[in-house]
Amino acid sequence: MSRQPFRLERGGRIDRSRPLTIRFDGETFTGYAGDTVASTLLANGVHLMGRSFKYHRPRGLLSVGTDEPNALLSADRGAGRVDPNNRASVLEAVDGLVTGSQNRWPSLAFDVGAVNDVLSPVFVAGFYYKTFMWPRSFWDKVYEPIIRAAAGLGVAPAGPDPDRYAHRHAHCDLLVVGAGPAGLAAALAAARSGKRVMLADEQAEPGGALLHDVTSTIDGVPAQDWVAQTIAALDAHENVVVLPRTTAFGYYNHNHVALVERITDHLPAGDTHGAPRERLWQVRAGEVVLATGSHERPLVFADNDRPGIMLAESLRILVNRYAVAPGREIVLATTGSSAYTVAADLKAAGLAVTIVDARLAVDCVADTAFAAERGITVLPGHTVVGSKGRLRVSGLIVAPLRADGSVGPRRTLACDCVGMSGGWTPAVHLFSQSRGKLAYDAGQDAFLPASHAQAERSAGACAGTYDLAACLAAGFAAGAQAASLDETRAFEASPARTGFQPMRVMPTDVDPGRVRAFVDFQNDVTAKDLKLAVREGFHSIEHVKRYTTTGMATDQGKTSNMNALGYVAGLLDKELPQVGTTTFRPPYTPVSFGALVGPSKGALFDPVRKTPIDSWAEANGAAFEPVSLWRRAWYFPEDGEDMHAAVARECAAVREGLGIFDASTLGKIEVVGPDAAEFMNRMYVNGWSKLAPGKCRYGLMLKEDGFILDDGVVARLAEDRFHVTTTTGGAARVLALMEDYLQTEWPDLDVFLTSVTEQWAVIALQGPKAREVLAPFVSDIDLSNEAMPHMSVREGYVCGVPTRLMRVSFTGELGYEVNVPADHALSVWETLYDAGRAHGITPYGTETMHVLRAEKGFIIVGQETDGTVTPDDVGLGGMVSKVKRDFVGMRSLARPDLVASGRKQLVGLETLDPNERLDEGAQIVVDPSAPVPVPMLGHVTSSYWSPACGRTIALALVADGRARMGETVHVTTPGGFARATIRNPVFVDAEGVRVHARDS
Amino acid sequence: MLEIRNQATRTAPFPLATETVKGTAIAPLPPRARLSLRLRPAEAARIGSVAGLPLDRPIGTFAAHDERRALRLGPDEWLVSGPADETDELGARIAGDLAGIVHALVDVSHRNCGLAVSGAQAEAALNAGCPLDLSLAAFPVGAATRTLLGKAEILLVRVDAACFEVECWRSFAEYVRTFLVEAARGT
Repeated sequence: MSRQPFRLERGGRIDRSRPLTIRFDGETFTGYAGDTVASTLLANGVHLMGRSFKYHRPRGLLSVGTDEPNALLSADRGAGRVDPNNRASVLEAVDGLVTGSQNRWPSLAFDVGAVNDVLSPVFVAGFYYKTFMWPRSFWDKVYEPIIRAAAGLGVAPAGPDPDRYAHRHAHCDLLVVGAGPAGLAAALAAARSGKRVMLADEQAEPGGALLHDVTSTIDGVPAQDWVAQTIAALDAHENVVVLPRTTAFGYYNHNHVALVERITDHLPAGDTHGAPRERLWQVRAGEVVLATGSHERPLVFADNDRPGIMLAESLRILVNRYAVAPGREIVLATTGSSAYTVAADLKAAGLAVTIVDARLAVDCVADTAFAAERGITVLPGHTVVGSKGRLRVSGLIVAPLRADGSVGPRRTLACDCVGMSGGWTPAVHLFSQSRGKLAYDAGQDAFLPASHAQAERSAGACAGTYDLAACLAAGFAAGAQAASLDETRAFEASPARTGFQPMRVMPTDVDPGRVRAFVDFQNDVTAKDLKLAVREGFHSIEHVKRYTTTGMATDQGKTSNMNALGYVAGLLDKELPQVGTTTFRPPYTPVSFGALVGPSKGALFDPVRKTPIDSWAEANGAAFEPVSLWRRAWYFPEDGEDMHAAVARECAAVREGLGIFDASTLGKIEVVGPDAAEFMNRMYVNGWSKLAPGKCRYGLMLKEDGFILDDGVVARLAEDRFHVTTTTGGAARVLALMEDYLQTEWPDLDVFLTSVTEQWAVIALQGPKAREVLAPFVSDIDLSNEAMPHMSVREGYVCGVPTRLMRVSFTGELGYEVNVPADHALSVWETLYDAGRAHGITPYGTETMHVLRAEKGFIIVGQETDGTVTPDDVGLGGMVSKVKRDFVGMRSLARPDLVASGRKQLVGLETLDPNERLDEGAQIVVDPSAPVPVPMLGHVTSSYWSPACGRTIALALVADGRARMGETVHVTTPGGFARATIRNPVFVDAEGVRVHARDS
Repeated sequence: MLEIRNQATRTAPFPLATETVKGTAIAPLPPRARLSLRLRPAEAARIGSVAGLPLDRPIGTFAAHDERRALRLGPDEWLVSGPADETDELGARIAGDLAGIVHALVDVSHRNCGLAVSGAQAEAALNAGCPLDLSLAAFPVGAATRTLLGKAEILLVRVDAACFEVECWRSFAEYVRTFLVEAARGT
């Protein structure tokens, strides 16, 4: 067990009364509540935390913020709770947490993959594109898997995630993103308006940069006390919601902002009380104030990536917030003023500090004086040309910059830690996502929010304001304006040391083409790579990005973009805005899949729609199949039966006795109004005016292109009332299309549409015994053949409850579809089933239904049709009314290609071998030995074993099929071709005797 | 003559037990008579009310009279409901009130079913899947609207500050109920 040799005696926001232990690569380390994994490891002197993506170079922490590119760890919270790619800098330490380094083998300290580093002259930008071109077939199976295994991040978890993830929609008048000084001031200003304010901040506690500011005062009190007071003031307002550990990661249209709140990861296991691990918030905000701060830029010099070399401000955070000494002998390399504040705080914490400033002495007089007052040595006018060390930095190599621009003699500063500061980049990610336009500000060397696309304001460092008092005032003003308050407020605060001289790549005394000076740490992109890309002709930053992958890692180039952009601009001798900036896209930081999925898994992945009779089917051993969102009984196997045997038995039962089938999923639309018939005339190809009440008709509906969209039986209940059925899958689509026409094309029609799909459950009784079994339970309806012939509908009662009883058949047998109110359906079904048992009633499922209708040559929309099939193609041309003036799709039916000969037509197929069942979708050709490409005649649409025919049958669409009766064709099979004969598509009872069965 | 044993009974689409999670109660509601009423707005304005229920309430609210309710779902659409055993009576009454006026009245009593969601966290639970602003100011008592809950379409009615009624189509009931229980766990 470690004893935290680098923990400072005093200070920090850690809770020393609550020690904890974590594990990293098998070793145990102690820390305190309030630590992150990174601060815990650093307190124990561990700097080596990972291996780089491509070259496997040893890496330590670069930043203690969300922009960390190097220290990506796996976190293990128990079975199923293993997460890769956690940034150690933001991963809160919690007692018992198990972490591990990634992308190394066999160990972090000795990684075989580091051979890539030696071979790096080979692995230049575009290496993959240039090298793995041949043979082409090797890419998928050999090159890509090996490259992916060698260069990469952590391992994706394999087991199911046992955690709960919640979703929440929320609305507010003002969303403030970021609870640093600007964000807190904005929330404070808006709170008093009484409007609903949400304040989201990604850190464990609000305060932002003030959490590591131990010297500034605000309005006379220490900055951290001001934070506490402000939070207390906000908490006192019921209209303010403060969300810590909540990252705003996506900014969409209409001020729709997505946040992810991390709820339990910082709690010890057992303390979570069933709370969700994370919550995805979708916030619709009237106004948004972005106070997202800024990111520090690294300096680009040779071997700037050794463990122990960090961003300067991160050292200040480690010392002041976590009471961790990142080293004892520290060198700060800088091109700006903020590093001097860092130096002062490090010195105050008892650490030895030297500053190397690349600015000329005359350009940093005030800063050097500030350092001198504190006894800090400064080397102004010095560049950094390299570093020493292997798994940890041991020295920084610096050299003076001469007046002529050349570099003077080298000198090595021994150190165990380096802080670098290349200036600051405003975090404009969310602003950019909001579609706001950025403008380059040369004075700040930054892209700043310029024109706005949404009701949003940026305040503080993300708008280029770095001075504390100015940040507070800007935040307050933004919050007040967003809340429609006419208020401003000045804050009295300690001045901040701001300003820097951008320096894309540090001047060096060696051939820059020979050193590795990292620009993008996460994707291992060096200045040399960028130079190569430019030399090879990539001049747009978007092209350079994609060629070198700079800025394309999961950190989205937070630390690298400005250096890369500036360097490329310099190489091209262009102004920086001419090279452009990249567009930021969500998410701002990686978001777990769990948060995105939320509750939509398992039973809630999708609604599983069940009919009222589903429970009976389940209890009676049905196999089910999904049909759109519905779960439908597929077949009802009896003991030991496979599907083939069950379906054969079910088919025979319907043809010879009686089958009972749950057709409740059929779409049903009640069309009501004086213009109902006219509306039907316009929507369907058929004529409806002459259909008498009490009669049914098969209806066919087209899209405007003349192709079949849907079909179904339509019953006319009254002059002004139709009961329209649609296919199961087409129900919603058809109703929406009807409403669309009604509302946009024919608003003058007096007709209304109501979905009654779920009002009426449908029990289909099909078979010669149907009437006999049904009759005893029906009242107020005469079922005789004369009174109620095929294709008629009657309203009355079945089992004492209302029914819309239709005599219709999708099987070719005598049949009824008993529509009953859904809650009664199970009871009616059970009654009919019990009564039918004496007659051998057999429940059947969708598979049998498919076979029975195929035997009759009835089409199924979506099976015989595919969106390119006309009524005539499937032999239903006769249904198309010749007298109607217009209907949807009518004009398209006259299109030349729809009336031309050679269209595919519905036919039946019989294989030469009666036991051979063709594959649905199989292609049909005349001569399989014809030269490739063999002309294709058509394809099989349905194919079954037909018990009634005692052989296999198939339906197919074949070019000029109706003129090819009796011809032999060849149909593809997995092993070759099968021979089949073309015939008419009605295999059973072509005369239709059975469906019109006389009374027995 | 139909024998009594052959008289069909009613089966609800979900278990009738109330489930309470973290203080949020999700309680199936008994069946009701429900009629979808469609009527041109001008005619509605002229007739004023049906079955004692005013038709002129703003879209997105409901009017109540005794046990009856009329949810105004659109400019020409109302969902009228009442006690389950009054379907025929309610239908006849409305049809009588609208005699000679173009309208559509369709029985959807079995299409829809309801759940009550109540408790201090009811709003938050619903907001797990409903994108609307459900604060009392934006969605006050008396509000009623068609909206979404996760992947299901629902009708949402606020009957009290901490009590909502959710209606959905029958086959979505299991999903909606499971979704709400899970949502309550996530509050």
